[in-house]
Amino acid sequence: MEKTVAVVGTGQTNHGKRFDVSWPELVHEAVERALDETNLTMQDVDAIVCGSMPGMLEGTSDPHFWLTDGIGAYGKPVMRIATCGSTGMSVALTAFYHVASGLFDTVLAVGTEKQYEGSSQGVISQMGDPHLIRPFFPGAVAGFATQCVNYVSKYGLKMENVAEAAAMISVKCHSDALDNPYAHIKAKLTVDDVLKSRVICYPMRLWDCSPTSDGACAVVFASTKVAKEIAEEPAWVKGVGYAGDEQFYGDKDMVDWTACKTAVKRAYDMAGVMNPLKDLDVAELYNPFTYQELLWYELFGFCEKGRGIDVARNGVTTRRGDLPCDPSGGNLCTHPIGATGLIRVAEAANQVMGRAGNHQIPDAETALAHAMGGLMQFNGVMILGR
Amino acid sequence: MKSMANPESVLKKTIELPYTWAMGEPTAKFLEGLRNKKIFGTKCLKCKRVLVPARKFCPRCFVNTKEWIQVSDQGTLRTYTIVYYSYPGQVKPPPYAIGVVDLEGADTGFSHYVGGVDLSDPAKAAGKIRVGSKYRAVWSRKREGNIFDIEYFTLL
Repeated sequence: MEKTVAVVGTGQTNHGKRFDVSWPELVHEAVERALDETNLTMQDVDAIVCGSMPGMLEGTSDPHFWLTDGIGAYGKPVMRIATCGSTGMSVALTAFYHVASGLFDTVLAVGTEKQYEGSSQGVISQMGDPHLIRPFFPGAVAGFATQCVNYVSKYGLKMENVAEAAAMISVKCHSDALDNPYAHIKAKLTVDDVLKSRVICYPMRLWDCSPTSDGACAVVFASTKVAKEIAEEPAWVKGVGYAGDEQFYGDKDMVDWTACKTAVKRAYDMAGVMNPLKDLDVAELYNPFTYQELLWYELFGFCEKGRGIDVARNGVTTRRGDLPCDPSGGNLCTHPIGATGLIRVAEAANQVMGRAGNHQIPDAETALAHAMGGLMQFNGVMILGR
Repeated sequence: MKSMANPESVLKKTIELPYTWAMGEPTAKFLEGLRNKKIFGTKCLKCKRVLVPARKFCPRCFVNTKEWIQVSDQGTLRTYTIVYYSYPGQVKPPPYAIGVVDLEGADTGFSHYVGGVDLSDPAKAAGKIRVGSKYRAVWSRKREGNIFDIEYFTLL
């Protein structure tokens, strides 16, 4: 697509347990960093899009009322977006729609979560229909564990091979996180450490699962008119895609997943991506659980269906490989849920702008960001490039 | 003035809220079926799928379902997990297993508990729950017209 909307700057908090600040103060930290990077003031921002998980994660009904001062909404159009795990991506897409509409030149996208303040799984387990499905979705980890078991059986794989490949992804991400100053969990692990950690929901073990994080991310989207004034080398939005899926997770094929394939195809078609391994330089995939990254390799067209294990083994997606995936450590290491999808966008944009610091992939020109969420329901993709 | 405030001060509170959730007629009828040990789906005449649990409209075709069809209380286990962690408001203490059973006569998977297996050791338990095998509903002796009228699904 033509260069009409770009990311011109980003800001992230130091993610982790942040009892040193209130929630609005945490969000303010990310917004200030984004403004510092872009040399903008709040007066330059035309509109604000914000998002987080269901308010009960932080024990509030509608978070943007509480957060309004921290996100700089005084006197500006403001909108709250909530699509569970894909919230941060939906926030990014909504900011993109704002600028693409021609009504706004500079739009601030903000995503955040303060998970240490409540019980994430206590809230996530209350999402579905209370009469029929709620008791059988015991939090995100259980839901996506059923996706993993289904993945293994659908393609006739051996669980021990899948677990080992997933463990390699855990080792890769936690080690890459050491080079990301904002990451929450950083560790030098071995495959054995992962395989010997305790089972949370079979077959997922502790080191297969993302942490609970406090954090916020802010991303500035700008029109062609102002983008080049703000950033010398903006990250242009080349393609976007989003798709929803049904509530009952037994209704869908959760492995050869329509919502994911549809979102990917829409983004690829718009960006002109024909051969993702060749056309993309880096990808920030949404990987709250190691096994899912294997699935994404397949659904994003990096390999044939059922061959994700080979990709994990042959090193294609490591930082020195042909298509590094989650060089930031991904959400496996840092997961303030409402911010996470937007962090994927920020990290992808930073790669394209050459601002990714110690985890910069040399000469990255085209980057993909992804997020998913709900009761295995939503997928969103954004492709950024020079 | 030097601050005496703790830099990590917190406030602890619990929020309790009562709710009354309307079922809608198809769900009420579906649950009444469970009381009589019958599992019902509704058929979408456009895509021809039998949707279980029964519902008013097809989420894909976006047309109202027309026909009520009783499906089997047996089917193939598509997937499962065993829950070993806990969180506030959890429906029962871990460990317990949930799964998706593709009931005979239905075109969608039915989510419920998987039981009849000692779950204390994850590796051993996983060896005893068999994806692709036939499972049947174990009906509660005392049925009240809710989703727990089925206790769990067990290997046939």
